[in-house]
Amino acid sequence: MSRFSGPAIDWENGRIDLSHGSGGRAMAQLIDALFVATFDNDFLRQGNDQAEFAVEAGRMVMTTDSHVISPLFFPGGDIGSLAVHGTVNDIAMAGATPVALSCGFILEEGLPLTDLRRIVLSMARASREAGVPIVTGDTKVVERGKGDGVFINTAGIGRVPPDVHVGGDRARPGHAILVNGTLGDHSIAVLSQRESLGFETSLLSDSAALHGLVARMVAAVSEIACLRDPTRGGLATTLNELATQSGVGMSISEDAIPLKPEVRAACELLGLDPLYTANEGKLIAICPSERADDLLAAMRGHPLGRDAAIIGRVVEDPTHLVVMETQFGGRRILDWLTGIQLPRIC
Amino acid sequence: MMRFVDKFRDRDLARRLAYTIAAEARPEQTYTLMEFCGGHTHAIARYAIQEMLPPVLRMAHGPGCPVCVLPAARVDAAIAIAMQTDVTLCTYGDVLRIPGCRHDSLLTAKAAGADVRIVYSPADALALAQALPGRRVVFFAVGFETTTPPTAVVLLDARQHGISNFAVFCNHVLTPPAIAAIFDTPEDDRSRPCLDGVLGPAHVSTVIGSDAFARFPRDYAMPVVVSGFEPLDILQSILMLVRQINRGSAEIENQFSRGVTAEGNRIAIDLMAQTFETRETFEWRGLGFLPRSALRLRPEFAAWDAEKISPPPPAAAEEPHTACACAEILRGRANPADCRLFGAACTPDTPVGACMVSSEGACAAEWAYGRARRANEKERA
Amino acid sequence: MCLAIPMRLVELLPQGMALAEHDGVRKEVSVVLLKEPALDDYVIIHVGFALSKVDPREARATLDLLTEMAAPGTRPA
Repeated sequence: MSRFSGPAIDWENGRIDLSHGSGGRAMAQLIDALFVATFDNDFLRQGNDQAEFAVEAGRMVMTTDSHVISPLFFPGGDIGSLAVHGTVNDIAMAGATPVALSCGFILEEGLPLTDLRRIVLSMARASREAGVPIVTGDTKVVERGKGDGVFINTAGIGRVPPDVHVGGDRARPGHAILVNGTLGDHSIAVLSQRESLGFETSLLSDSAALHGLVARMVAAVSEIACLRDPTRGGLATTLNELATQSGVGMSISEDAIPLKPEVRAACELLGLDPLYTANEGKLIAICPSERADDLLAAMRGHPLGRDAAIIGRVVEDPTHLVVMETQFGGRRILDWLTGIQLPRIC
Repeated sequence: MMRFVDKFRDRDLARRLAYTIAAEARPEQTYTLMEFCGGHTHAIARYAIQEMLPPVLRMAHGPGCPVCVLPAARVDAAIAIAMQTDVTLCTYGDVLRIPGCRHDSLLTAKAAGADVRIVYSPADALALAQALPGRRVVFFAVGFETTTPPTAVVLLDARQHGISNFAVFCNHVLTPPAIAAIFDTPEDDRSRPCLDGVLGPAHVSTVIGSDAFARFPRDYAMPVVVSGFEPLDILQSILMLVRQINRGSAEIENQFSRGVTAEGNRIAIDLMAQTFETRETFEWRGLGFLPRSALRLRPEFAAWDAEKISPPPPAAAEEPHTACACAEILRGRANPADCRLFGAACTPDTPVGACMVSSEGACAAEWAYGRARRANEKERA
Repeated sequence: MCLAIPMRLVELLPQGMALAEHDGVRKEVSVVLLKEPALDDYVIIHVGFALSKVDPREARATLDLLTEMAAPGTRPA
């Protein structure tokens, strides 16, 4: 129900038109009836352009992410849940507790309201399950042809516990490298929806909010040095980023990398490398080697870490190479991603 | 049954086969074996097969990567086709980044507004033509005889269903003439390799049959073993070649008997004969003009022939970068590491020559897999 | 590009198509290049077309032969 009078919104057959972005009554009505009603919290109900709240003294983190995924809906998620999970996770990768999110929508003229509502409901559910409210937002409309249905930006803030010191430059030779589960699921689930590729699989995207898992990890092992989620560019690119930032090399074992058979098969079929495909709901953790077993146990005890594994170790290397021991016993340098893989997976 | 694929990757069996090869390769002899197919180049690099072989046995890379041998002039022609405003050009993914004569590519053309789309099958391109009746959909056909029958099927479908807004820009090439070109290089040419045997391509052979290679043992006294792609297939084939060389025989043997027959796939061969004819000559990047080495559409298919509909400008002969060693590498005479540009001006991100462009090219494979091995060797030295 | 992986035919479809499967991934492929494609055949797929069948007995025979050719469980040189 909207506080703003006017013709009732036709959720079933209506579409976004330019009046929804003009700042007038139609826009206010949409925001009220859809965003405020669905996200449902006091911040939004106040109806201001800002959300005001107090924070305890201490270290804060802030992050932002834009989501341009195509198609908008895929097995296991949609652009809305992805937008919430993605930003919550960027906060979590600092070892921080997420406090609040903002979201900005760029809507294309002609977007069916039924799709928009489905996306917003999905975001609300993701936000509620994660316990992180969406406290402020923005809506713009662009002409037909100037946007791909909808683009979403989410920004977030979080609070870093006092004893946590996590950063991309903190990996040291001898540290263990872990992942929380199977790689490549999200990419393959999304690609299976691209008609031009013509394959089917029962894989679901593993997009998920990881802050609960991270909280458990940090509580068990406060000496965690690095956390990062291997999104665009995949595991290999993310390891290269960390190696460069920390000034170290890395040695990983292909045997140890968890991969579902369907992901392996789909990658072989499409000519993709699962080490370079974008992931959601996955993280890389680096910690001192003597704490690796404890960290692994903590991860495996959480639903989002059941398939966690130690995949390698950090080594001394002035050239900052990431080298993988292949299943067959050879060694392969995992370089940064060259050129493009397939577009718009996240 | 498909756990069989895993069995053909059994590491233990591989080591034991490698041991047999080492035991049977005579230390006073050298064995230079050419693997023709890009898929083999990639597998040999990925599974570090060269590392398992004795020092007297060297694998030389051949020109069996259709993306690598596509000349810049043909890329330019494709770009020209794609830049026409009513054209949608469909291409395989690898082809996007091949450099043309002016260091552009279909990828840069796409950024400049050309409608270029990646497809996984020529059937996708035909389906797109049906879905977009207002566009002219052109399929950029590349590949050896493995990839040619699908193009033939799609052309016949287009004709049968009267789909007039579909065309093929044909760059299909032939395997046996390319192998022959390597052996036919004059003795005093420095790019002529000294080969003792050939690892024949498996998937091409499923189409043309292992008999298609019988002329190499017969005319060049060259042993040929048609080999599967798994590491154990490759190692077994190498052992079979070593044994032929040791006993001085030159025969065609089929290691990939689970997929290849002597006569090949008759249905595929017939369909190709219905749709294509052999060109008098065709330019190969790195190898120059080779006679009767490529295909074009038969005259009956002129209405679907992109070259007849928009003839490409006359091809200028390509002038490769003077330091680019692709010509030697494609003939098996040099290794990627021998090229001055490798890893310097020429990297996967900034490819200069054909061998770096495709993920199956010798230089790309060496970049991905070989640098670790050479770094290792340097450490131990 | 030389990508050609073996998949099993799990359903024959009209107009020369079939559903092929490998490790839970299913793909519609054309079987017009095969003589008498049948359910449970293993085929080599390339750019969406089945090019030839993979004969399981030959596969077994090849494995047996190469096992024979391999040296007994000795440490490699």
